[in-house]
Amino acid sequence: MSPRMAKALVHGLLIGGALVAIFPLLWMLAVSFMRPGEAGSLPPPLWPAHPTWNNYEVLFLRAGVGHYLFNSFAIATAITVLSLAFNLMAGYAFAKLRFAGRERLFQLMLGMLVIPAQVAMMPLFLMLKYLHLVNSYAAVIMPAMATAFGVFLVRQYARGIPDELLEAARIDGASEWRIFARIVLPLLKPIMVTLAIFTFLTAWNDFMWPLIALTGQEHYTLPLGLASLAREHAQDSELMMAGSVVTVVPVLALFLAMQRYYIEGLLMGSVKG
Amino acid sequence: MNRQHAAWWFLTPALLVLGIFFLLPVIAALGLSLTDYDLYALADIRHLRFVALGNYWDLLHQRKFWSALGHTFYFVLVGVPLSIAVSLCAALLLNSPLVRFKTFFRTALFAPVVTTVVAVAVVWRYIFNTKYGWLNYVLGLVGIHPVDWLGDPHWAMPSIILFAVWKNFGYNMIIFLAGLQAIPRDLYEAARIDGASAWQQFRHITLPMLGPTLLMVAILTVSGYFQLFAEPYVMTEGGPLQSTTSVLYLMYNEGFKWWNFGSASAVAFLLFVIMFVVTALMLRIGRRGEAA
Repeated sequence: MSPRMAKALVHGLLIGGALVAIFPLLWMLAVSFMRPGEAGSLPPPLWPAHPTWNNYEVLFLRAGVGHYLFNSFAIATAITVLSLAFNLMAGYAFAKLRFAGRERLFQLMLGMLVIPAQVAMMPLFLMLKYLHLVNSYAAVIMPAMATAFGVFLVRQYARGIPDELLEAARIDGASEWRIFARIVLPLLKPIMVTLAIFTFLTAWNDFMWPLIALTGQEHYTLPLGLASLAREHAQDSELMMAGSVVTVVPVLALFLAMQRYYIEGLLMGSVKG
Repeated sequence: MNRQHAAWWFLTPALLVLGIFFLLPVIAALGLSLTDYDLYALADIRHLRFVALGNYWDLLHQRKFWSALGHTFYFVLVGVPLSIAVSLCAALLLNSPLVRFKTFFRTALFAPVVTTVVAVAVVWRYIFNTKYGWLNYVLGLVGIHPVDWLGDPHWAMPSIILFAVWKNFGYNMIIFLAGLQAIPRDLYEAARIDGASAWQQFRHITLPMLGPTLLMVAILTVSGYFQLFAEPYVMTEGGPLQSTTSVLYLMYNEGFKWWNFGSASAVAFLLFVIMFVVTALMLRIGRRGEAA
């Protein structure tokens, strides 16, 4: 094969692949601006004949999607902020502070990564029920306030902080808390950004636990609201597409803006094996 | 405040969260799976009885458990190799020195990974639509008769696999890409001088050098795919004829539809044990393959 043909072939395959990857997303966007029933014709239309915001109006004014959007933002933000704080503190302690039982405790935490989260769901639900917390934001936020994976990620990164830096601060009489806030946190900034994006995306996209823990529509997140709308309005494809757009666009935008950090985090997380 | 003390202050919040909301429930789930906790016990705890391994015994004698397990294995056995093959092909293409606009292609191929499963599952439901869906339309152009993708028990699981591959391949693609970039260039240089073809280079340099990455990716993907739930929940509701009811879907139904928490916990533990055995076996076989 000549180099020019090879080049054309590689690009042809990549363009084809990229098209398959993003076609459903572009089509979703196009259909969301179509009038009711317009997508149900042959051949399937690629472009709205008369673009309209009507579907979005219906979603926000009548289907309560604005409320789901707010819930999703509130829950994902709370989880991100809290778990970031707790994971950073614990990850730093595992990496840089000496205490009795450190290795064993860390091993225990790594062991937890093997257990699928669903095993815990039944007792967790009962626990929250006895605490009268089922169907509250807290039911979704509290179990996500720290993750073994996040602690692990921070620990790996924090191990790169030179001990001399911390020792020097201790000799100057700085308290452990001050050392953490003034010296360690600025050095952990890259992993903070990475972990924050990861956590936010995971919380936003999460489905099974919110489905179990949030029983009333007033607390639904977007994926829950969308899944329940999809069961009621299966025929209204244009409306459902608009709902999908509202759900996907925030996370897609976050990813596009912070792509570098996300990819780095993905690669760091995958070397855990 | 000495350093030992400080360490515990830093650790306590995370350890409390993980202990109370994960470790404790996992241990409790083991206990729960040995009881007949159901709707009556939920109303009044005095109805609770210890049944030892009764739930496990019942499940292993029920067709619905074996068929859910069968569907899950179908999804894993077909879905994982397919996902990994697509990821590897995409990574090989992206890694080619001939490629221009590499960042653009990488972003486009990766985009489905960050989308919300529920939202894109809704989109794919319309792509799979028998009458107006794009898939049947495109197949119709080459003379293939329309398929009832999500409504035919034989096609529902393949459709979900197709969707899962589309949604997930970008993740492993990135990992493979990093693995490929870590292979020293001079290996290929030497092979070319020796007259090795592109396929021989792939077979004798790329694949062996990628071995550890491949093993890790396979294990992570297998454990991810065993946890199939949202896709059938949104696209098929476990049907048609239960053909897409996975083990986790069964657990969800047992636990949160019929409130049989004892039985649901047993389902969860069986899935855990199966996942553990399968991934441990993969690790052993993989390690042996590397040593040889």
